[in-house]
Amino acid sequence: MPVALVACGAIAQPVAEIVERRGWPVAVHPLPPLLHNQPHLIADEVRDLARALALCHETVAVAYADCGTYGALDAVCAELGLRRLPGLHCYDLFAGESRLASFLDDEPGTYLLTDFLVRSFERTVVRELGLDRHPELREDYFRHYTRAVWLAQDPTPELRALADGAAATLGLPLTVVETGHRRLEAALEALLGGSAAGTDSAPLR
Amino acid sequence: MTSPDEVLQGLYDETLVGNAPRVLELTEEGLALGMEPQSLLFDALIPSLEEVGARFERGDFFVPEMLIAGRAMAGAMERLRPLLAETGVETVGKFLMGTVKGDVHDIGKNLVNIMLEGAGFEVIDLGVQVAPEKFVAAIEEHQPDIVGFSAFLTTTMPMFKANMNALEKAGMRDQVIVMVGGAPVTQEYADAVGADGYAADASATVKRAKALLHEKRSKVPA
Repeated sequence: MPVALVACGAIAQPVAEIVERRGWPVAVHPLPPLLHNQPHLIADEVRDLARALALCHETVAVAYADCGTYGALDAVCAELGLRRLPGLHCYDLFAGESRLASFLDDEPGTYLLTDFLVRSFERTVVRELGLDRHPELREDYFRHYTRAVWLAQDPTPELRALADGAAATLGLPLTVVETGHRRLEAALEALLGGSAAGTDSAPLR
Repeated sequence: MTSPDEVLQGLYDETLVGNAPRVLELTEEGLALGMEPQSLLFDALIPSLEEVGARFERGDFFVPEMLIAGRAMAGAMERLRPLLAETGVETVGKFLMGTVKGDVHDIGKNLVNIMLEGAGFEVIDLGVQVAPEKFVAAIEEHQPDIVGFSAFLTTTMPMFKANMNALEKAGMRDQVIVMVGGAPVTQEYADAVGADGYAADASATVKRAKALLHEKRSKVPA
């Protein structure tokens, strides 16, 4: 594969599905999704993997938004000449930046869920936040939240049930916003199309 | 019978692991032994919470560990607060704190509050989503030495500047020291909005607040 994509583990699955469906010559390399909870580690992890992948791929791109690195990921991208997905968080890639901003403007106490977070809620939220060991911390974490918004990319009945369970655990009412993968796909197309610069054969058909 | 040294060591160890019931028990034991509330605070509780912060920085502790330790110390503080007030020790200063408008995140702010209070500050916490006019009204009412603006989101950080403008407009800017903090905040950003101080974590906030206060007081003619 001429192109390698360093992907956040929290979006790697839909990214890989889009890549496969579109037939792009791109190898997706996920980093651990739990970095979502330790964003200060993301930039260094991306740097290490990107450097390794650059040894055997013509082009490396980064399937992360800023993701709480507060510019550190952009610094790595500038250092290594990489491009990344746009936006502050993956939530932007599903809902769109302006739509997401309106959710938070309407209700700053909005707790966002994605398909990944719904599916892995027990591991990525309950266990990672220590709620399994210290349920009393729920108040510390969530007392100011007023609703959970599930940015549903693929709202199957199974996921809906998991989303309901997650919202119940948080003690919040659930709002479902169907987003699909349209924006993520468009962002990937823009990212990977550009990353083929320097060769005549763009990775996209 | 537990000795004072054992009480201090126990308080340190149990705060470190966030054992709130045991921390409260040991606080009571220490007081029953006639130990000074200041000793329990400065010789055990605060050093323990500082160690928690250091372990968090090193990646040995994570947010849950920070929170349970903070809760354990907060429980002891509830017991010690009135006793510390009775001792007649003057507070280091008055600190008004709040998370800016549009932002509901307060975990870091609450940890800072605990450390500030432990260090002898009187802390008035306005909570989350505090609008500029609310900060202004609270400064008018409480006359704090320092006001702290907290933000967790890059999208809400610009409220620092809005708050500064509100303070300027109200003619209060020179009246209070302004500190800013939160995950996305940097010294450069603090400088850009015209804040007097910034700190990256709870322990550093206490040190910076004390230094800023000392600086301001040393400028006031006797």
